[in-house]
Amino acid sequence: MPKLTIDGKQVEVADGVNLIQAAEKLDIEIPHYCYHPGLSIPGNCRMCLVEIEKAPKLQIACNTKVAEGMVVHTTSQKTKAAQRAVLEFLLINHPIDCPVCDQAGECKLQDYYMDYDERPSRFPLAEKNRKGKALDIGAGVMLDQERCILCARCTRFFDEVTHTSELAIFERGDHNRIEINPGQPINNKYAGNVIDICPVGALTEKDFRFRMRVWYLHRRPSVCGGCERGCSIDIHYHRGRIYRFKPRYNPDVNSYWMCDEGRHSFPELQQETRLTVPLVQQKDELVAETWAEALRRSASIIKNIGSDFGANAIGAVIGAQSTNEEAFALKKLIKDTIGSEKIAAFTWSPPNASGDDDLLIRANKNPNTRGLAALGLPPDGLESLASAVGAGQLKMLIMLRADLVRAMGEQEFMRKFGALDYLLVLSTDANETCQMANQVWPIAAYPELEGSFTNFKGRVQRLYEAFPPPGQALSAIEAIARLGRALEGVERAQSAAAIFRQMAAEEPAFKGLSLEGLGEHGRDLAG
Amino acid sequence: MERILTRWLDIPDLKKLDVYLANNGYAAARKAFFDMKPEDIINEVKNSNLRGRGGAAFPTGTKWSFIPKDSKKPVYVCVNGDESEPGTFANRYQFENDPHGIIEGILITCRAVGSHTAYIYMRGEFTVQKRSIDAALAEARARGYVGKNVMGSGYDVEIWTHRGAGAYICGEESALLESLEGKRGYPRNRPPFPAIQGAFGCPTVVNNIETLSNVPHIINRGADWYKAIGPEKSPGTKLVCLSGHVNKPGLYELPMGMPIKDMIYDIGGGMLDGKTLKGVIPGGSSFPVLNKEESERAIFDFDSMRAIGSAMGSGVVIVMHEDTCMVDMLRATAHFYHHESCGQCTPCREGCGWIEKIMNEMEAGQGRIEQLDLLNNISDNMVGNTICVLADSIAMPVKSYVTKFRGEFEAHIKLGRCPFKSAEAKAQAA
Ligand SMILES: Cc1cc2nc3c(=O)[nH]c(=O)nc-3n(C[C@H](O)[C@H](O)[C@H](O)COP(=O)(O)O)c2cc1C
Ligand code: SF4
Ligand code: SF4
Ligand code: SF4
Ligand code: FES
Repeated sequence: MPKLTIDGKQVEVADGVNLIQAAEKLDIEIPHYCYHPGLSIPGNCRMCLVEIEKAPKLQIACNTKVAEGMVVHTTSQKTKAAQRAVLEFLLINHPIDCPVCDQAGECKLQDYYMDYDERPSRFPLAEKNRKGKALDIGAGVMLDQERCILCARCTRFFDEVTHTSELAIFERGDHNRIEINPGQPINNKYAGNVIDICPVGALTEKDFRFRMRVWYLHRRPSVCGGCERGCSIDIHYHRGRIYRFKPRYNPDVNSYWMCDEGRHSFPELQQETRLTVPLVQQKDELVAETWAEALRRSASIIKNIGSDFGANAIGAVIGAQSTNEEAFALKKLIKDTIGSEKIAAFTWSPPNASGDDDLLIRANKNPNTRGLAALGLPPDGLESLASAVGAGQLKMLIMLRADLVRAMGEQEFMRKFGALDYLLVLSTDANETCQMANQVWPIAAYPELEGSFTNFKGRVQRLYEAFPPPGQALSAIEAIARLGRALEGVERAQSAAAIFRQMAAEEPAFKGLSLEGLGEHGRDLAG
Repeated sequence: MERILTRWLDIPDLKKLDVYLANNGYAAARKAFFDMKPEDIINEVKNSNLRGRGGAAFPTGTKWSFIPKDSKKPVYVCVNGDESEPGTFANRYQFENDPHGIIEGILITCRAVGSHTAYIYMRGEFTVQKRSIDAALAEARARGYVGKNVMGSGYDVEIWTHRGAGAYICGEESALLESLEGKRGYPRNRPPFPAIQGAFGCPTVVNNIETLSNVPHIINRGADWYKAIGPEKSPGTKLVCLSGHVNKPGLYELPMGMPIKDMIYDIGGGMLDGKTLKGVIPGGSSFPVLNKEESERAIFDFDSMRAIGSAMGSGVVIVMHEDTCMVDMLRATAHFYHHESCGQCTPCREGCGWIEKIMNEMEAGQGRIEQLDLLNNISDNMVGNTICVLADSIAMPVKSYVTKFRGEFEAHIKLGRCPFKSAEAKAQAA
């Protein structure tokens, strides 16, 4: 563990750490463009030049490993002069079209100019080099070659992470430009990451372009629900609408990256089909009712069926889109409050969905499959529920985030579950299964709730409520808690944290965990 | 003076193996393979004070000693025959006339550093030269001097030739290695140095063609003999590329430490058309220009040239007489470096183009006096801040021209045109 001094402050860091990382430990920023911790180090931008005592010239911090007794100056005259020089060089041929650039507000050229330069240009506007603008290079990525600072982050990502190498630098000197080979657009499932790592507005997202100025966006940490990997993400939203998903660094799950399917999955969470009021089937039509009516109705049906046919006439199907807390709360309601054994988990992935790959993508598109299994709900109980229905023993089902009709088709659904007396569906959207229901409850999608998902490797990660669900929709745990109270007449815990505490106490897999304790990167299941 | 590196001038057909053998050829290799241990070879070269002829003047024996002794990975020898520095034309004659001298130097180097594979990286335009060295290699291979079991020693040395694709930057040793590996010719950040991680991630020695051509002679005749030629710390003969406004431009093998004045007035037969000397570009276009007074007292060896604020570089002497427009010289130089910058690192990529733009204005008489300071400042911002020294190679000349020939820049600005171009010439050009 070498000890070194940066700007007069001592720090001790692990061997092999570079100066940018060492400075971060002291909350000292060494400005940098080309360096990205997830990629190789080209040392090309020269923004990170720092003065190191006893070195004959300035050294790049990104490619300098810490050494015992090293003395580094990040704010000395020499360092500052180099920072200003590099910024000036970067800007002479830059188009400075910030007013129409999507990156404005989150652009490292803007930021560093304000922090390290702030001088008027000495280069005549008319002599700037011209290059290509607004080039569609495939996979939803737009390229502006004039804004590009040639840091080669994008080319390194495609060379080193996806191994697809669609982008390269062509020409030489200040004619250098990022480009695809003619007629060979970007073709891989992780293209969006180059937009994230591009430090300037050279690579922007086709779908996001000109939709929103980034400084209006709020950010909330979350987990992608696109597949059982559960990549850590930030949700970027404004006034209850999501504008984009961005990957959030998690060394144990997704590193710095996410896939394009996951990145572009958020529109599905805010479609026209979102449910905003409780519904009830009346004369073959779903009509709105109040939550009070809905809860009263469900509770009395449950009571009646229970007393007529026994507790085991009531059951639940829990989709693996549900959070750990939702699944646990519903399991408890069925088992403890109602006293039934009839619970099944359910997973479904669209038939043409992408399969497992060796980077992130998983064929199983249900983010909490492992979480349900950890709660003793493996995804194979559906057939036994179906036969109980067929045998006339199971009369009522509560389906939580389980669109069975879409998964098995209407005919098959009717064959297996057509004999049910009563179907209560908890769903975010008016899907095909809702059409079969006696009652439909509108619930929150995962960006609208507190809770957690457990990924396929057993990593439990936290979801935060970015904004409330639409209309009268409730988080599913609250809806379940209210139903429980309607059945028993006593108040029940309805916060995710409280339910997590119960879960940790009762479920061995969650022993020792707490929602608050999951932290930024999540925790592994016990055992 | 005895010709050493240019023996071919005295020995017709030296490029043929039989002639080469008849003239003590491969005797040094034989000595190195059969009578010397690798460390003996390295020590002999160290003691000779041989310094690299590729521009940086690094002591050759010392460079070899950086190669790890018990490397688990193969060791490579890469021979730099990219010869692209404006003003250089020595290696090309060596390829054409003394290919076996090069091959023998390579064999000894390989033996010294424990390498079994050498690559000769050649300038893209070297077609005739490649044919010449390839023919010599074929001959040497057929007679057991190259390939498996060299001269029956049990030691293998394979030598490959490779032509670049026409980029000056591929003469820079780390860009050369990238290019050799089939990648874009981008210089690498150091550390790691080639001696530890060079070609294909393995320990590698990179030496200039001329440097290695000295080695057989040093092995044959000993370090002391070699040190006695020229100054002790910068010994040997040098292939001097004398060009510009002299009566007899050409390639001359001269002892180190000759005054540039003698090269001009004696070797070069005096100034062209009897005109007055204005200055000299020594070393190659990458190094600071000398004015008349400096040129007349400059001594051509590594240390003396450094002391005068320039360099011997790759042994270039470009002579300029009174009618030379120094602003135009700098413009042309800037154009070259702008064209050849690989564009990898910011200060060089952007600085080279900026300097050329200003120089175009300057030469056209559209410059402004403040731009002289700007040129200096841009150069200062480039020097030492980049991955390789190509940036310094334009920045240092810029500073030297602007300082030493400031009057000519001012004249351009004042007149609004180039004072060296007559009104008619200007009209013709228009
Ligand atoms: C821009 C640039 C171009 C260079 N071109 C050449 C060249 O054409 N030939 C050469 O031998 N060395 C060239 N060099 C120097 C090499 O990097 C290296 O120092 C040399 O090949 C080492 O050989 P030596 O030790 O025998 O001199 C160049 C260096 C730079 C920075
Ligand atoms: S497009 Fe962006 S990431 Fe790629 S080289 Fe240019 S600035 Fe860097
Ligand atoms: S790999 Fe899975 S979890 Fe990660 S971004 Fe893609 S869909 Fe989302
Ligand atoms: S200094 Fe110039 S030539 Fe050398 S690596 Fe940087 S951009 Fe390329
Ligand atoms: S971040 Fe160090 S050179 Fe770019």
